[in-house]
Formats: sequence, C-alpha cells, structure tokens
Amino acid sequence: MNKKPRSLIRIIIPVVLTLVTIALIVWPMLAGGQYVVLDPKGPIGSSQRDLIVISTILCAVVIVPVLILSAVIVWRYRDKPDNKAAYEPNWAHSTKAEAIWWTVPIIIIGLLAIVTIRYTYDLEPSKPLASEKAPVTIQVSSLDWKWLFMYPEQGIATVNTLNIPADRPVKFELTADSPMNSFWIPQLGGQIYTMSGMAMTLYLQADHEGQYWGSGANFTGEHFAQMRFDVNATSEEDFDKWVNDVKQQSQPLTQETYNTLAEPGTSNVAYYSSFPEGLFQDIVTKYVIDGQGAHSKHGGSADEASGAKESTTQDVDKSAN
Amino acid sequence: MLERLKEFASEFFVTGDPLIYGADVAIGITMITIVAVLTYFKKWGWLWRNWLTTVDHKKIGIMYIIASIIMLFRGGVDALMMRLQLAMPNMDFLHPEHYNQVFTTHGTIMILFMAMPFMFGLFNVIVPLQIGARDVAFPFLNALSFWLFFLGAMLFNLSFVIGGSPDAGWLSYPPLSELSHSPGVGQNFYIWGIQISGIGSLATGINFLVTIIKMRAPGMKWMKMPMFTWSVFSTCIIILFAFPILTVTLALLFLDRFAGAHFFTLDLGGNPMMYINLIWMWGHPEVYIVVLPAFGVFSEIVSTFSRKKLFGYKSMVFAMLIISFLSFFTWAHHFFTMGSGADVNAFFAITTMLIAIPTGVKIFNWLFTMYRGRIRMATPMMWTLAFIPCFIVGGMTGVMLSVAPADFQFHNSYFLIAHFHQVLIGGVVFGYFAGLYYWWPKMFGFQLEEKLGKWAFWTWNIGFYVCFMPQYAVGLMGMTRRLSTYGWDTGWWELNFVSTIGAFLMGVGFLFQVAQIADGIRKYKSLKASADPWDGRTLEWSIPSPAPEYNFAITPRGDDVDEWWEEKERRAKGIYPPEQPLEPIHMPKNSAIPFVMSIFWFIAGFGFVFGWLWMAILGLAGVGICMIARSFSYDTDYYIPVDEIKRTEASLRGSV
Repeated sequence: MNKKPRSLIRIIIPVVLTLVTIALIVWPMLAGGQYVVLDPKGPIGSSQRDLIVISTILCAVVIVPVLILSAVIVWRYRDKPDNKAAYEPNWAHSTKAEAIWWTVPIIIIGLLAIVTIRYTYDLEPSKPLASEKAPVTIQVSSLDWKWLFMYPEQGIATVNTLNIPADRPVKFELTADSPMNSFWIPQLGGQIYTMSGMAMTLYLQADHEGQYWGSGANFTGEHFAQMRFDVNATSEEDFDKWVNDVKQQSQPLTQETYNTLAEPGTSNVAYYSSFPEGLFQDIVTKYVIDGQGAHSKHGGSADEASGAKESTTQDVDKSAN
Repeated sequence: MLERLKEFASEFFVTGDPLIYGADVAIGITMITIVAVLTYFKKWGWLWRNWLTTVDHKKIGIMYIIASIIMLFRGGVDALMMRLQLAMPNMDFLHPEHYNQVFTTHGTIMILFMAMPFMFGLFNVIVPLQIGARDVAFPFLNALSFWLFFLGAMLFNLSFVIGGSPDAGWLSYPPLSELSHSPGVGQNFYIWGIQISGIGSLATGINFLVTIIKMRAPGMKWMKMPMFTWSVFSTCIIILFAFPILTVTLALLFLDRFAGAHFFTLDLGGNPMMYINLIWMWGHPEVYIVVLPAFGVFSEIVSTFSRKKLFGYKSMVFAMLIISFLSFFTWAHHFFTMGSGADVNAFFAITTMLIAIPTGVKIFNWLFTMYRGRIRMATPMMWTLAFIPCFIVGGMTGVMLSVAPADFQFHNSYFLIAHFHQVLIGGVVFGYFAGLYYWWPKMFGFQLEEKLGKWAFWTWNIGFYVCFMPQYAVGLMGMTRRLSTYGWDTGWWELNFVSTIGAFLMGVGFLFQVAQIADGIRKYKSLKASADPWDGRTLEWSIPSPAPEYNFAITPRGDDVDEWWEEKERRAKGIYPPEQPLEPIHMPKNSAIPFVMSIFWFIAGFGFVFGWLWMAILGLAGVGICMIARSFSYDTDYYIPVDEIKRTEASLRGSV
C-alpha cells in the first residue's frame, strides 16, 4: 500500500501545527506592549524583578531537565513492535531513585525559601526606603470607581492622576471609601490593597523622571476597568511648580464635593487646591464605633491614626510583630 | 392589577439584553423538546424508575457526568463571551455589568458545578468497582447528594433569566457582595445555589470515606488499594474539613444580607477580612480537592498504558496525604498584598512552596512508571501525556507566585489567571477527560472511536497554549483580571486577540468531543466493549462492561494493588480461582425521596433568594416531611435471587 506518503503527511501535519502554534504565541509577545513588570523604574520594582528572575532560574533548573526527560522517556518506550528498549513490567521501586527525587525538590525549595524569607522582610511594604531625602507623603483613597490622592504636606488633592518627585521616597498611606481595591504602579513596585476602615502603608520610589501608569488591581464592581491613573515623576522643582499651579488654578475640595465624588460613578482627571483637614483620617475612621476600629491592630498596616499623628517606623514595627 | 403584574415581571425576569432573550427562547425550546420527546416515546416511566429514583452508584455517576458536561458547556460559553469582549480594545459586545456577571458565573460554574460533579461522577462510577464493593456505603444519601447538587446548580443557573446573575466575582468578597453594594437577588442565588449543592458535596465526602474504609474487598489492605481509590480517600478527607467552612461562611453572609447581621459588613464592627480568610480556608483546599482525583486517574492510566506497575506506590500515597494535609496551611497566599506583615507572608509562602515537593515526586514517579514500559497512545494516555508538561509549567508558575514579595507584582494580574487555568485545565480537566475516556467502556459498554477523539485532543491542547501562554505575557504587561475593557494605549491587544483565538480552538475541541460521543451513540452496537478493553490492572476490569447492577456476582479478593493483572497472569499459567457458589445479593431499593426532598430544597432556596418567607418555610417543611417519611420507611432493600444473577451473568458474558 502507499504507506510512505501517509506517514510523511503524519509528520508534516504536527510539525506545521507546532510551528503555527509557536508563531501564534511568540508573535504577540514581541509585538506592541511593554513588559512593565520586567522594566522597573524604582528600587522596589527592581528588587521584585530580581526576585522573579531568581525564582524563575531556580525552578527552571529542575523543570527543564524534567521536560526533556519526559520527552525522551515517552519516545524511547513507545509501544512499537520493533522497539528494542528494555521492558520490565514489575520494576516499581528503587529506594535510591526515589530518595533522589525527594531530595532534589527539597533542596531547590529550601534555597527558594531562604531567598523568599530574606526578600519578604526586605520588601515589607511599610518599611521605609533607605534614602537621604525625607519621604513625601501621599494619602490615597480608592472610591467607586476613581482614585483620590491627597498631598497633606502640599495641601492639594487630585483625582485619577498622581504627581511625585523623582528620586525621592514616597510614602503612600492607603485606604478605601468603597469595596477594597488594590493600588498598583507596576514599574515602581508591587501592589497593596486599599481597605475600608484601615490605613495601609506602601513605600515606593521612582528613580527616573517619566510617566508611568497605575491601576486598581482588585475588582470593585461595575466600572472597575476605568480605575486607571497616570503617575508623573518629575524633578523636585517641577513638582513644586506643579503644586503651585494646582493651588492657584483649581477649586478647593470641600466636604460637599467629596461627598459627591465618593458616590458610585466614573470621573475624569481633577485637581483641587485644598482638601478638608483630616479627610483621610475621617475616611479611615468612618466606621469606628466608640473609638474602636475593626483593625486597631493589624500587622503590616499602619496604625489607625497614622494619618493624624505622623506615624513613626517603630509604630509600624510594633503592629507588625 | 395588570400594571402591578407587569411591574413585578419586569423585575422578576431579566430584561433588556438581546443575549438574554435569545437564551430565554433557547431554554424554552429545549424544555418543550425534552417534554415532547419523553411523551412521544413514552419514556416518562423509564426516566422515573431508572434515573430519577435510582440509588445505583453507576447511574448516579453517569448523571453527575452528564450534568457536569452541560455545565462545562455553559461555563465555556461564558468564557468565549469574555474572550470576545477582550479580543479588541474598547469592545462593546458586553456591557461592564454583564461582563461582571459572566466572569462570576464562569468561575463559580467551572469549579463548583463542573469540576466537582465531574469528579463525583468518576468517584461514583469507579470507586465501588475498584474496591470490589456492591455499592457505596449509603446509597440513599448518595442519591440525595446528587439531587442536591443538581437542583443547587439549577437554582444558580436560573439567575441568568430570573432575578439577575451574581456579579461580585466567583468568591464574592464583601463588602462588594453585601447588600450595601449588591442590592439585587444575584448574590442570594450565589449563596443558595452553592449552599444547597454544598450539603450534597459534604455528604458525598463522608459517603466515600466510609465506603473506602469499610467496604473494601477481603484482602485489600490499605497499601493494596488502587491509586485512584487512594486519591479519592485523600480528597474526601479534605472535603470533610473544608466544606463545613464554606457552609458556615455563606450562611453568615446570608445572615448579613437577609437578617441585617454584621459579620462582614463595613459598619457596626463587621469585618470583610474575616470572610476572605474563611472563604480561602475552604477555597484553597478546594483546588486540591479537585486535582487529587485527577492525580489518581493519571496513576491508573500511566500504569495501564505503559503495561507496568505504578512506580513508587508508597511515595505516591505518602505524597498525596502530605498534599491533603498541607492544603489547609496555604490559604493566606491568596492575599499576600493585604498587609498581613512579613511574618505571616513568609510562613504562608513557605507552606505553599512545600506542596511543590510531593507534587514533584509524583511527576517523577509517573515518568518512571513509563520508563521501561511499553507506552500505547490511546486517547486516555494522550491526555495523561499532555498533562505532564502542562502541569510542570503550571506548577512552576505556581511556585513563582508563592514567592511572596514577587507576588506583589503578579497578584490579580493575568499572570495569575494564566497560572490557575494552566493547573486547573492542564491538571483537572485533562485528568477528568482522561478518566472519562478510560472508563467510558465500563460505564456504557461501548468504545468511542479514537479518530474524532484525537482531533479533539489536538485542538484542545493547541487551543490551550494559544489561549493561556499570551496571558502570562499580558500579565507582565500589567493587565489585571476582571477588566471588562481596555484601551488601545495599553499595548495589550495582540496578546488578547491571540488568546481569544485559542479559547475558540478549545471550543472547537469540545465540539469534536460532542461529535465523538454522538457518533459513538449512533453506532454503539458495532462498538461493543469487552470487559477489559484496555488490558487493565484493577478489579473494575474483571466484570462485564457495563457493570451489572450488583457489580460483582461473587465478592472478589483484593490481595494485590494490580489484582486483576495478577489474576490474568495466574490464569495464563492455568491457575484458576476455585469455583464459588452464587448467593442471593442484598441490594438497596430505589427511592423517590432524594429527588422530592431536593425539589423542596430548591423551593426553599428560591424563597430565600427573593426573601419570600412563606415559600422558604413551605420548602423547608417539605424537606422535614421527607426526612420523617424516610425515617419511617422500612421497606428499603431487597435480594436478587441466584437464578436472576445466573441469567444476567450468562447474557452479559455471552455477549462479550
């Protein structure tokens, strides 16, 4: 029979399919977009990128050989009448072999665990960054479906846009006046949740001037997809100039405008020349009864009153332990 | 009066979307067709006697699997709608609100109403046959579990056309799922759909634990149990401890919504974090619940199709039990970014990584089962071979996610989405498909033709990689999950577009499977399966296909892991077991109570969903009456006489 052409087709089809599949997967990975997570612009993001690379390599050390081994085994022991490879139907135990493949993953995971623990303490989000410059504090509140940024030191506020001075640590204090969201600027570093009734702390820094973008990473309902904002990292002078511009050219954020803003709905970018004093603390303590918050002592998060009195590092450490 | 009725109807029924009206029509036509077909062929009695009231574990298993495949279809359509919406930037195919409902029902259905019943279906069909039992320990409870699952699932699905679907994500985090942010009835459907079927899941877990502990064939010691049975045992342990947490969590959420309690609300001392901890204390073990049986299936198949004993049996058992234990200590890795602090994060990062060790060991043992074997490329084996690399890569990205500080960059991104789909599809779905193909002849008595099955296999697999590999990449580009739309400026569209192509390829793969099954049913007479079509190793292959209702005419012995394989070797040498006399077989009687009682649960659930207390009370009263009726019914069993066993065996054996 015409056995030859058929077997040729049987080889060609999978080869073509594999090539098409690989092309389909690889082409878009190279086109267009930017791998923001792998292209960090600040110390936290860089450490996290390093950690991603280290963990990938550690895992790859095991899985690449295993993938090759699988292919070899399946090919070598396929059921063909002329297959001359050994066949031992009752060979089902080898203490030596099993000891090896219990030990190898234990070693790899052990290494990874050590790296992870070190980085977990190093990158604890409420830990201040080492820098000669004092951090600038920005208070963040996620609302239904917009971001409110308050600058207590500058006395201004913005919606859905964020300006920070480059090369200086930024201390974000975060809360929510809505279902919990997650504050994420991939190029500066990993995210942290914004949650009602508590204030979280996240230190980030942009090493270079530039525009980065951020988003809400945790689903909060209907127009969640609109919760994106730009982050403009500028020089110290430009930042001060920008603050002055906002102060002179915008309206103040009053308690009434805030109440409207906090209602469910989307919002454009907005600037406010001032905001009510203690607004952030008011949002955090909105649900507190008799001075007792739901999370008066929650590890990793700043103290409830952190916005009110300048919370020190020791405070944070205490609550983390 | 008419006005009031109109107003009621406009709130009661979901309106305003052409997709929904299309679904309304489709549901209506399907229902009418089913009723018409049953009436025309006079099949109502048959349906009632053979299926609705059955307590036979094999039939219950088949019903579980049919239901789960229907749910796979619905969850799959949800997935395709999402992928269409995300195929291009600024798409207007689904309104955000609708998109949110679709991803919520997709997740809930796939995990709770597709994976769980598929798994229970395989438990039901195979476990009693593998351990040489006549049925499960509690056949009545087994039927009740099925009907609770089924009506719970129907209640959940009803939300599509009545009242509105839940839209707070598959785990319904408060406060989004609380009355304050989700005032509609959608969340109530979520709570009661899961709650009712959850009772069934817990009961099934208990049922199979008892079955495996008490009903193994004589001689089958613990370390002689087939690996699939071991996997079911480990899974049931997890079910036993995890499902009560789910029940309590949802009950508390319901009290918040229905009775104005404040367990998880923002105000008056409520704490949403408590819900998130509780739901993941169930939710993380849940993923091991669904994946362990898949590991069991792969163990059986690798051994059968390599014609070799399973390598490292003790390691396999030990690894599985470690996984069930560790699965309870990893839950907080789902919220490393919620400010638990470095101590907590470090602890849960390590416990999560530890799971990679026993899982890795299992992979090595499967590989070395094939080593020095003879690998046959039948469809069950192909799915198993596709699983291995897929799960290795998915496992690796899982370990990467477990590195807590790195997770701050992965969390909630498409990297995570790609990871869990890779382990859930590559592990669970491939595993259950493999199991379905493997045990298909035992369930139905005929073989499926391989050709369409291979087409299905390749489209599914290619589709899978084309769909999910780009999602890892788009995650690293910062795309977060549950986005209903994105802009051109993001640079995400190429990857998303390709991902959509992949999703539709998987859809085509599903159609090939349906075609394969339809084709098989059409020609089933010519495809008759022998008792042992794959040259199997365990006891289920020692009895005819399909198994007679009493399973084993004579209780078998289970002295070896591969008892049937050993038996075949003995027979080849001319050593036959001594002839044993047949005895009458003690069997459970059919009962309508599980079906009726579950209908009452459905009514009660529906009442709670809409806050109609009278209806809820009526339903619960019906449930109570059913329980009392069962307590006083003594006529629950019968004996199959020896003559009848002889006739059945002769006709079954004769036809092979």
